[in-house]
Amino acid sequence: MTTITADHHGDHAHGHDHDADHKPAFFQRWFMSTNHKDIGTLYLIFAIIAGIIGGAISGLMRAELAEPGIQYLQTWARFSDGPSATLDQAYHLWNVLITAHGLIMVFFMVMPAMIGGFGNWFVPIMIGAPDMAFPRMNNISFWLLIPAFALLLGSTFVPGGTGNGAGTGWTVYAPLSTSGSAGPAVDMAILSLHIAGASSILGAINFITTILNMRAPGMTLHKMPLFVWSVLVTAFLLLLALPVLAAAITMLLTDRNFGTTFYDAAGGGDPELYQHLFWFFGHPEVYIMILPGFGIISQIVSTFSRKPVFGYLGMAYAMVAIGVVGFVVWAHHMFTTGMSVNVKMYFTAATMVIAVPTGIKIFSWIATIWGGSISFKTPMVWALGFIFLFTVGGVTGVVLANGGVDDVLHDTYYVVAHFHYVLSLGAVFGLFAGFYYWFPKMSGKMYNEFLGQLHFWVFFAGVNLLFFPMHFLGLSGMPRRYPDYPEAFAYWNGIASHGYEIMAAGMLIFFVNLIWSLAAGKKAEGNPWGEGATTLEWTLTSPPPFHQFETLPVVD
Amino acid sequence: MATLPPSPFDRARRNRRTFIAMIGVGLAMLALGFASVPLYRIFCQQTGFNGTTQRADAGVDVQQATGHTLSIRFDSNVQPGMPWQFHPERPTQTVTVGAKSMAIFVARNMSDRPVTGTASFNVTPTQAGAYFTKIECFCFTQQTLQPGQEVRMPVLYYVDPKILADPDNKDTQEITLSYTFYPVEQGQKAG
Repeated sequence: MTTITADHHGDHAHGHDHDADHKPAFFQRWFMSTNHKDIGTLYLIFAIIAGIIGGAISGLMRAELAEPGIQYLQTWARFSDGPSATLDQAYHLWNVLITAHGLIMVFFMVMPAMIGGFGNWFVPIMIGAPDMAFPRMNNISFWLLIPAFALLLGSTFVPGGTGNGAGTGWTVYAPLSTSGSAGPAVDMAILSLHIAGASSILGAINFITTILNMRAPGMTLHKMPLFVWSVLVTAFLLLLALPVLAAAITMLLTDRNFGTTFYDAAGGGDPELYQHLFWFFGHPEVYIMILPGFGIISQIVSTFSRKPVFGYLGMAYAMVAIGVVGFVVWAHHMFTTGMSVNVKMYFTAATMVIAVPTGIKIFSWIATIWGGSISFKTPMVWALGFIFLFTVGGVTGVVLANGGVDDVLHDTYYVVAHFHYVLSLGAVFGLFAGFYYWFPKMSGKMYNEFLGQLHFWVFFAGVNLLFFPMHFLGLSGMPRRYPDYPEAFAYWNGIASHGYEIMAAGMLIFFVNLIWSLAAGKKAEGNPWGEGATTLEWTLTSPPPFHQFETLPVVD
Repeated sequence: MATLPPSPFDRARRNRRTFIAMIGVGLAMLALGFASVPLYRIFCQQTGFNGTTQRADAGVDVQQATGHTLSIRFDSNVQPGMPWQFHPERPTQTVTVGAKSMAIFVARNMSDRPVTGTASFNVTPTQAGAYFTKIECFCFTQQTLQPGQEVRMPVLYYVDPKILADPDNKDTQEITLSYTFYPVEQGQKAG
């Protein structure tokens, strides 16, 4: 692709090299940080903590769903609603759990890890920039997430209608979220989304400015690594989609508190308008979560096949195309709201069109691997797992894109299976692939290869056992968002809950590996992956100096 | 070709310019989010999307009756807790497409205090909304009923004969006109 001569150790840089690794004291370094690598590390730590909480919540849900009937919900409700919790409050707790799981995983795990974590760490390095364009705004973006997360977690302890907590689903549909949820919990959750949204918008502007203006000499747009391309497209999606969500949920707030009727038919409003606004944001949002994963997978597949990515320009513009078309397909989330046949036909066709650029990406990855000198290191097996599982999720997505089929499958476990295959298995496999790929670079220590492989296989078996049976449950009509189900669905639900246990065991291996590697891992070289790793981060030491590229690298 | 790296001053200015442009994009999308409220209303009114009915002035040229008949069913609801009885005088009417017809709805305040209500409406199937034209109705005008008071409210409407040429309405044999009354709380203005 490109040959890179980075001579930051050249003679003329000597005067600065003494200062390059000078780090501020602990508090100043981590709490007032303006260093993109430190902020990236903070984002990753934040995402891991949020992921543990969000993952534990899904464990509660799988425990309750392991058998028909209500087993544990009422016991748990006593913790949140007091010793005299009613069955209705237990059901409300269920709604709180599904809401919290969705919001945490989307806004506080995947997005901070993909964009805030890996984006911050590697976009400036990959384009040969010393830091982000606005380092102090970068700090604000991260620290806005903390109050946002605190508001969401705190909402669990205040009244939200039937019981404590916001039980609206992550979509926060009116009228359940307006007249249906009295009490401050939903207000707190909405405010949490406002703040998290502001954080992401500032971060997006920072990435766009950095990528457009801060590239090293010779690093043209068409030479940028695909991960940088993916973050650029993602940043534009964030900038265009999040303000619409902000507008939509601001109107929810005024409907709730100031007597407006934007979504209330009693005053001439329409609750369906909220759904349109939400999904105008919500559909690009799913690409926001997966596109950086596409970028990570491209880097890894190329590195471990020792070949440049097949069809580089096609790969870059496929992501642009996915981003553009992603804005005009939103109503496929609303096929059952009673739209006319013509509208359904349009949204069906437009949705299926997205399969074309996505297919370009899948086939280009396979073509990159084809004939390559492949080494199946841990990041590579995660990347291959990603390609396989994302394809499964993509195929069920094409099924669901059919307006007529969706009338039957809407809001069933088939949909749950679909979006967990593309997100929980797609985005999360991308995250783990990236984590193992860049862990030596970020920490300066090698991870344990055996534990990494073991983590992959246990996790892979677990999540497939967890999510594949959901296709069967959905096809036989099991609706999502219920804590109970008839006996007929017991078999596959039991299997799914066992799958969760295996997945959780896989996560334990991950944490053992993480702690062991940080404490006693082998020292990592500047480039542990060999000649396949051609991007700029591998020209630096591991970990990189506190300030890199005092003299800009030249790309030719 | 490697060009000379820009001076820090140039770079800061370029960054600032990009920042301002991107903030502008964000604000424009925010404005679009709010503008979608009137835009959505206009869109529904123009296209009859989602069963939004059409309006015509009283002096409109009434269309020629076509000889085709349609059944119109009337549906009436009140928000739970609202102390009104509200029902159509007749549940269905058979009308000639294109001819002006009138339906009467009756509302009665069952409580011992005055209650003000306002009604919303739509038609099903939704694709018939574009052809269901009301000349006069009680939609979105506030009605105050004294304790025990009963009012008869007329709806003057016709079904546009263009419905007969619309392939999406080929199997439409009955149109349901639905009204729902909501209480207007004291001091709260209805949209």
